[in-house]
Amino acid sequence: MTEVLKAPLVVEFPFTRSLGPVQSAFLTGLRERVVLGVRTGDGRVLVPPVEYDPVTSEEIGELVEVAPTGTVTTWAWNHEPRRGQPLDTPFAWVLVRLDGADTALLHALDAPGGPDSVRTGTRVRVRWAEDRSGAITDIACFEPYESPNPHELRDPYSGGAAALVGSDGRFEDPVTGIVAPARLDYTYSPGRAQSAYIRSLADRRVVGERCPSCRKVYVPPRGACPTCGVATSEQVEVGPRGTVTTYCIVNIKATHTANLDIEVPYVYAHIALDGADLALHGRIGGIPYDQVRMGLRVEPVWSEAGGHPDHYRPTGEPDADYETYKELL
Amino acid sequence: MPAPRPLRDIAVVAFAQTDHRRTSDDLSEVEMLMPVLHRVLARTGLKTGDIGFTCSGSTDYLAGRAFSFTMALDGVGAWPPISESHVEMDGAWALYEAWTKLLTGDADTALVYAYGKSSPGSVRDVLTRQLDPYYVAPLWPDSIALAALQAQALIDAGDTDEPALAAVASRSRASATDNPHAQLRGSVPRGDYAVRPLRTGDCPPIGDGAAAVILAAGDRARDLCERPAWIRGIDHRIEAHGLGVRDLTDSPSTRLAAERAGAFERPLDTAELHAPFSSQEVVLRKTLRLDDGVDVNPSGGALAANPVMAAGLIRIGEAAARIGRGASDRALAHATSGPCLQQNLVAVLEGDPR
Repeated sequence: MTEVLKAPLVVEFPFTRSLGPVQSAFLTGLRERVVLGVRTGDGRVLVPPVEYDPVTSEEIGELVEVAPTGTVTTWAWNHEPRRGQPLDTPFAWVLVRLDGADTALLHALDAPGGPDSVRTGTRVRVRWAEDRSGAITDIACFEPYESPNPHELRDPYSGGAAALVGSDGRFEDPVTGIVAPARLDYTYSPGRAQSAYIRSLADRRVVGERCPSCRKVYVPPRGACPTCGVATSEQVEVGPRGTVTTYCIVNIKATHTANLDIEVPYVYAHIALDGADLALHGRIGGIPYDQVRMGLRVEPVWSEAGGHPDHYRPTGEPDADYETYKELL
Repeated sequence: MPAPRPLRDIAVVAFAQTDHRRTSDDLSEVEMLMPVLHRVLARTGLKTGDIGFTCSGSTDYLAGRAFSFTMALDGVGAWPPISESHVEMDGAWALYEAWTKLLTGDADTALVYAYGKSSPGSVRDVLTRQLDPYYVAPLWPDSIALAALQAQALIDAGDTDEPALAAVASRSRASATDNPHAQLRGSVPRGDYAVRPLRTGDCPPIGDGAAAVILAAGDRARDLCERPAWIRGIDHRIEAHGLGVRDLTDSPSTRLAAERAGAFERPLDTAELHAPFSSQEVVLRKTLRLDDGVDVNPSGGALAANPVMAAGLIRIGEAAARIGRGASDRALAHATSGPCLQQNLVAVLEGDPR
């Protein structure tokens, strides 16, 4: 059995997301070092705030400032922080109910005293990030906060929380969207059939697999006959010559760095290699683009870099008869 | 209010699964799935062309392979074109869709399958991508961290403690010694803290696997199977997405789904619970009011094998198989999705009286 191939694969892209009015106010508030909640119809204050009541689904929007201090409602000690997490030294994940809120916010707690210094009920306060853009990460993390006297939390005159700044939730230049980068790392393996196919390419051979039931030869093979639903395993070398079954003329310059030297227009074609029951695709070179036609006989031009043929070029044979490839269109 | 009786008698008539392994990098998804499809069809004598409806559950994020479910269809043999659907969810929800399709009378048989290859990526990180993208996902809280927050809430509430969690894990892996497909079985150490209070032993194994089920309606079910596992009720419910809005020590969505599925109307003898973390079994037992008369996770459950996207469907399959071989008369099967048991499906399965 062929040894399977493996290669690193990184899937990485930024998600650009627009914000509703409540989310916009909350995240803009964080930028301005203010924490806002939203009041539900029955008077509860949700932090982080949402656009719709999670119980009644009623649209809600009355913003309420809450304190940057609060109480841990549950926690978990993370001794090995992972990429992207708020801190790169051991920390506690916490749900924090901020003073003035009825629900809890997920974030990290920087607790230099270690897990034995954290418990449900620990008092904490927001540590703001230096650079703030209007994102949940504008809260760098929470930190322990020992209030010597719980009455200090209340302003003696207004009765409100002393740390409030009196925000009404309206800000200059509110954020209207976030860009959230995402990256996931994989070790990709194409499995048995495709590994064998790719290994053959290294020897400049194209090897498909035959279905034991319908006898069709699939190139590239994926390990199963999609018509019969059975495993393919009998390896069949096809080509190297083949027939253009259909094609298109590409007028858009390739942007991938590997393809920058391909001039437009060029022809991209379906090519039925001799002996294959499925057409694969490739670029046609060595002939002006406007002379490529269905039935043109072609052969691969291998790349020094290995892998698939760089392109296919005319063999000079007479064109194939339509009857010979019409089932492969 | 008693649960409504289904409009049509529909049963699980066959079940098959892979051996679940830490890695299956010698196989593509379709290469891993295909033997399971062949086995489940062989158990009924049906061919792809005999199946009225096909539905699958999987997610491309797990293996980082775009449109992997369309390539998995190669293993079904979807030609001439079949009636087919896919959910980006655990296969238990694919089964729910197939069940509703059979209820309409549009089809009499359905093939349901699910697969997951966690080995190519880091499933702890992959699962962060299902979270609230504004307030939660940018913090990258991994699946074990979120389960650990729930576990600590249960400990604080006096619902469990670390020795009790360890007992759940060791009972599960002991039960799995009779399950040839399980990935972790026998004596498994409690291990060090993964994210405290959860230890590695409280967490599910990471692995690859696939499962498939065949559903059939009425007399067709009786023709295909000696003892069909009749779906007396099935329902799924979801909770608010904000973790800090929920009471993490309870699962009202599970309870409501169970009520709607008729779970509380008569005693159960078996429950296959999809609790990937030991602490989640504590929540489900409490919510479902399971007493010592109910055999919980005789298969070993998700703590013994947790192929993501298939582990919920496997709970239904295991419960049905137990009914099929006469070891159960009335079983509950549960599947979950999302962090801290956010979304829950409950099915109640019964065998004909013996």
